[in-house]
Amino acid sequence: MVDLNRSQKQIQKAANDFAKGEFDKDQALAMENANEFPDAIWKKAADLGFIGVHFPEAYSGGGMGILDACLISEAFCRKDSSIGTALALSASGAECLVRFGDAATQAAFLPPIAEGRLRCGYGFFESGCRSDLSGVQTVAVKNENQWIINGSKSHVLNGGDDSVYLILCRTDPDAPPEKGLSLFVVEGDREGIAVREAGRKLGANMVATADLTFTDVIIPAANLLGKEGRGLAQAEAFFEEAGILIAAQCVGTAAGAFDRALAYVKEREQFNRKLAVFEITRQKIAEMAMKVEQARLMTYEAARRCDAGQGLEKFGTMARITAARAAVEVADEAIQLFGGYGYMKESEVERFYRDAKVADLTLGGTIHLKNKIAAGVIGKLK
Amino acid sequence: MDILTYTEAHHRFRDRLREFCETEIMPHVDQWENDHIVPRKIWQKMGHGGFLCPTLPAAYGGIEGDFIHCLIVTEELSRTMQTGLAAGLHSDVVVPYIESFGSDEQKRKYLPGCVSGDCITAVAMTEPGAGSDVAGMQTTAVEDGDAVVLNGSKTFISNGVICDLVVLAAKDPAVENKHQAVSLYVVEAGTPGFEKGTQLEKMGWHSQDTAELFFTNCRIPKHNRLGEKGAGFFMLMGKLQQERLVCCMGGVVAAERILEYTTAHCRRTTAGGKPLSKSQAVQFALVEMATEAKLGRTFMEKLIAEHMAGENIIVETSMAKYWATDLANRMANRALDIVGEDGARESCLLTRALRDARVMSIFAGTNEIMKGIAAKFMGL
Amino acid sequence: MDILHYTEAHHDFRKRLRAFMDREVVPHIDQWEADQGVSREVWRKMGRAGFLCPTLPTAYGGLGGDFRFSVIGIEEISRTNHGGLGAPLHSDIVVPYIMSYGNDVQKQTYLPGCAAGDIVTAVAMTEPGAGSDLSSMTTTAEEDRGQLVINGVKTFISNGILCDLAIVAAKDPHETNPHQAISLYLIEDGTPGFQKGRPLDKMGLHSQDTAELFFSNCRIPAENRLGEKGMGFLMLMDKLQQERLVTAVMGISVAEVMLEWTMRHCKKTTTSAGRPLSRSQAVQFALVEMATEVNLGRTFVDKLVVEHVAGNNVIVETSMAKYWCTELGKRVADRCLDLVGDYGGLEQCPLVRGFRDVRVMSIFAGTNEIMKGIAAKFMGL
Ligand SMILES: Cc1cc2nc3c(=O)[nH]c(=O)nc-3n(C[C@H](O)[C@H](O)[C@H](O)COP(=O)(O)OP(=O)(O)OC[C@H]3O[C@@H](n4cnc5c(N)ncnc54)[C@H](O)[C@@H]3O)c2cc1C
Ligand SMILES: Cc1cc2nc3c(=O)[nH]c(=O)nc-3n(C[C@H](O)[C@H](O)[C@H](O)COP(=O)(O)OP(=O)(O)OC[C@H]3O[C@@H](n4cnc5c(N)ncnc54)[C@H](O)[C@@H]3O)c2cc1C
Repeated sequence: MVDLNRSQKQIQKAANDFAKGEFDKDQALAMENANEFPDAIWKKAADLGFIGVHFPEAYSGGGMGILDACLISEAFCRKDSSIGTALALSASGAECLVRFGDAATQAAFLPPIAEGRLRCGYGFFESGCRSDLSGVQTVAVKNENQWIINGSKSHVLNGGDDSVYLILCRTDPDAPPEKGLSLFVVEGDREGIAVREAGRKLGANMVATADLTFTDVIIPAANLLGKEGRGLAQAEAFFEEAGILIAAQCVGTAAGAFDRALAYVKEREQFNRKLAVFEITRQKIAEMAMKVEQARLMTYEAARRCDAGQGLEKFGTMARITAARAAVEVADEAIQLFGGYGYMKESEVERFYRDAKVADLTLGGTIHLKNKIAAGVIGKLK
Repeated sequence: MDILTYTEAHHRFRDRLREFCETEIMPHVDQWENDHIVPRKIWQKMGHGGFLCPTLPAAYGGIEGDFIHCLIVTEELSRTMQTGLAAGLHSDVVVPYIESFGSDEQKRKYLPGCVSGDCITAVAMTEPGAGSDVAGMQTTAVEDGDAVVLNGSKTFISNGVICDLVVLAAKDPAVENKHQAVSLYVVEAGTPGFEKGTQLEKMGWHSQDTAELFFTNCRIPKHNRLGEKGAGFFMLMGKLQQERLVCCMGGVVAAERILEYTTAHCRRTTAGGKPLSKSQAVQFALVEMATEAKLGRTFMEKLIAEHMAGENIIVETSMAKYWATDLANRMANRALDIVGEDGARESCLLTRALRDARVMSIFAGTNEIMKGIAAKFMGL
Repeated sequence: MDILHYTEAHHDFRKRLRAFMDREVVPHIDQWEADQGVSREVWRKMGRAGFLCPTLPTAYGGLGGDFRFSVIGIEEISRTNHGGLGAPLHSDIVVPYIMSYGNDVQKQTYLPGCAAGDIVTAVAMTEPGAGSDLSSMTTTAEEDRGQLVINGVKTFISNGILCDLAIVAAKDPHETNPHQAISLYLIEDGTPGFQKGRPLDKMGLHSQDTAELFFSNCRIPAENRLGEKGMGFLMLMDKLQQERLVTAVMGISVAEVMLEWTMRHCKKTTTSAGRPLSRSQAVQFALVEMATEVNLGRTFVDKLVVEHVAGNNVIVETSMAKYWCTELGKRVADRCLDLVGDYGGLEQCPLVRGFRDVRVMSIFAGTNEIMKGIAAKFMGL
């Protein structure tokens, strides 16, 4: 098991305490029903430094690592999968700014994100190519000191005026994808961006998903992240990191569903016995505990490798699949252990299950992610 | 080779019902899902079309069909992706209690309305403290002269808000043996002392008005008891074979629908210039799903044939209930894995399918209870 | 309600076959497993008693029965908990090639011996470099002065040591379209240039004499070609529905046998607390889950048998059944061992052999991945 150092343990405890103090079940149920972002909690969390702990200190971040960010996400999602997911995803894609942005870009965008004034989303996928980025059709054309963007992106989180997006565009139509794509940061209030809300989803309903259309959207040349033509490599590197962060949400979601199920089977009686007495319940509890621990191990180890600057070799993606599977399966079993009550919103575990399933579909989904792992593991065939 | 033999009458019934669903149900489903209930009118229309209680004798307005008619209703209604118009529960689960155990008078009084859709039924066994352990129920029925006084509360009752008539299980507190203490009563909506809660907020089944029912010194005439006094538990158990088979049908049919939708989606959606259905991983997933759907369908049809022949297939129906409902759940999950984030939007019917499938492994006896029953009757 | 109906003749066949198995097979299995092959004698006895090739016309010594007799044959062998005696392969997979595609002379020459157990057959398609992808085989058959010269190597051939007659798939090197290049040939044991390897050391099926076959300038008469020239691939494909169904029946039968044994074991074995294992809820649920899947698989296979006997095209469903039932066999073996615990690690526990033997079923007769590919293709995906 990855050993947490003192500061990490402190962060973990602080995050747990914050969630315990600030997240309210009834409020969460209402916000989830209304597809509402937990604005006030987000701002408070940002004030206390829980958003962007992995951003540089110079830009209002915590100067810490991905593992620290994971511990926070896990704690939050464990207390409430929907609020936790919304808070974690409020800065979705910001890792690109940290990794590839120059000082000016970071100074412009990271502080408002970390301070709870600006939300972030990445727009890589398109309906035409789905998760296969080599087929990206959105174009950015250079015009002196500006870029002009045209095209559309699907499943972008936090769509809206007070957001900023990381948008992957084709900048050289003739070059192969490894050289022809570039990554841009685009402010949500730029002219020419149409936001079409996806509306209610299966889960993760406290964070909005939208399809974006760009029509002659003009951004300054400085909004290009890193070097032109590096977009695909940047996106792939980001996916590894994003995979770890989603894995951490899933560990929390799994653990949260597990906590609730465990408490319930120790409490609920049928046939004059606690559910926890039935052997099959015990088998399930053991199975669930194992899944949570497996997911946690992989996630922490991925985060540790990432923070140590070691090559991830798709370990982030592996953690993402493992943890999301664990979350779906553990939450599913939690519903079953709750019986009819598990199907009621009041029990919370049904929401954990829906949130877990949506996490399981992110970053292109399991089939796509396995193909990516295989590509990495197998390498080029002679 | 066909395991079930369909007659011309069955085919015509299906055609009429399908058209009915397309014109009378489909256009309203989203509204009903928002309302968390269906309008009473649609029950009456269903009844009018001859689609409720198809197995009842003509004397009560039924079309004297067989269990294949019930299968057809389940299949066609599953295409509508709504759960509020719970015709299967009404026709194949609740009304059979009245038909099998009711007195002539009770039957004459209630069955015609059940067929016409004017009398919507519910069955109330579950209580906050007694779900799997039905015998642990606390609701009491105490005789007082010509009346029976009911006290207690029931929960998770389907059709709980809309129902006109409830088949209620309650206990005589004076009887020690809890299996012999339970009797069934028919309680009409509007009886003083019988109150309905509001719809419970659920993960899915949004158009279904699942609710709590409260009985406080609710007096009903003694002749509202269904069947023998103290025989309630056995009547419940006796009807469970059909109830489980109905659940199995629901599971298989939902799985088939999900598969059908996903296959069509993969044929028409392209990624990188080729249809999703040309990806080997997608193909294998679809084949595996189709295989399980066929296994479930074949097993289910065999059980239907046996059930219609009056065979005792308690082990097999328990197995089928758990396997088919797990199948529906598994299928919805895999379908989403294939379709991806697009599938997780409310506008895609897979989202509703996943939410709605999840409860099947819980109600009508949880799947753990099913396995326990199978084990018992397998002599383990 | 029985989906699959058996006549009196079928019941009688099963009864006699079961008695035969108890008498002539079961007592010898341990020896055969050690010998890496069954005795030639048992083949003859089986043939003489009328249990080989039941579907052959009586004129050739068969029973003139339908595929249901084959199903009974597979089930009864499965009950013996060993997979070495390759009678189903012989009766229901190899000999049907001769029956369907052989000319009168070939049929007269070979079929009576096949039914009598004097001629044990094998079919040789697989090569070291060509398993799933049969069209890439490299064994050649070239015409030379009115004869055919066979060159190449076949591997993993069941009945490879014992066989008296092999149906060998080989290519005309002058034909460029690989699907039109393949023909089938009847090659008798002892033909110069035809050599058998040693039995291959396998994970399971120890009593099955799986071997390599070598052909070096092996000359056979031109009349030994089976069916039309260049039709080999299509003939193979045509027979696969039955081959897959046979394998599906094997999978489900083996699962049934293992589950039955385990159920009995759990009822009679008590824990240290003196309670039968079968009173544990976890054990009960495992048994119920396995029984459920076995029921599902059995019902499906029964229906396919009826359809196959009726001559229906059930290619999608048999491909599905082959993969699902063989996976089931493996799953059941695995879970049964879990229930049995330590004793399940000892050779004396009958599950051990079942566990080893069932493992290959998802590989042979077309791997389960190939099955899914075929189903996908014929489902129009
Ligand atoms: C949408 C919906 C509609 C419903 N409609 C109706 C209706 O119309 N009428 C009605 O009467 N009821 C209805 N129900 C109730 C349903 O039948 C019960 O929820 C179900 O029987 C389970 O009971 P429970 O919820 O109390 O769970 P519990 O009995 O508390 O079970 C909780 C968990 O413990 C497990 N468990 C229980 N006993 C054992 C044991 N011995 N061994 C191992 N595990 C065990 C269960 O399998 C489950 O996983 C409905 C429920 C829902 C969700
Ligand atoms: C005990 C035993 C008995 C046998 N008896 C006979 C016999 O009597 N006669 C005979 O001719 N052969 C026999 N075989 C051979 C058997 O049919 C082959 O092993 C089988 O067809 C697989 O071929 P292979 O071993 O070359 O594996 P390969 O074809 O190399 O396959 C290796 C793996 O790749 C997978 N794969 C292959 N193609 C694809 C694809 N397109 N997509 C995805 N996955 C793919 C396979 O599913 C498998 O998992 C026997 C084998 C065994 C083990």
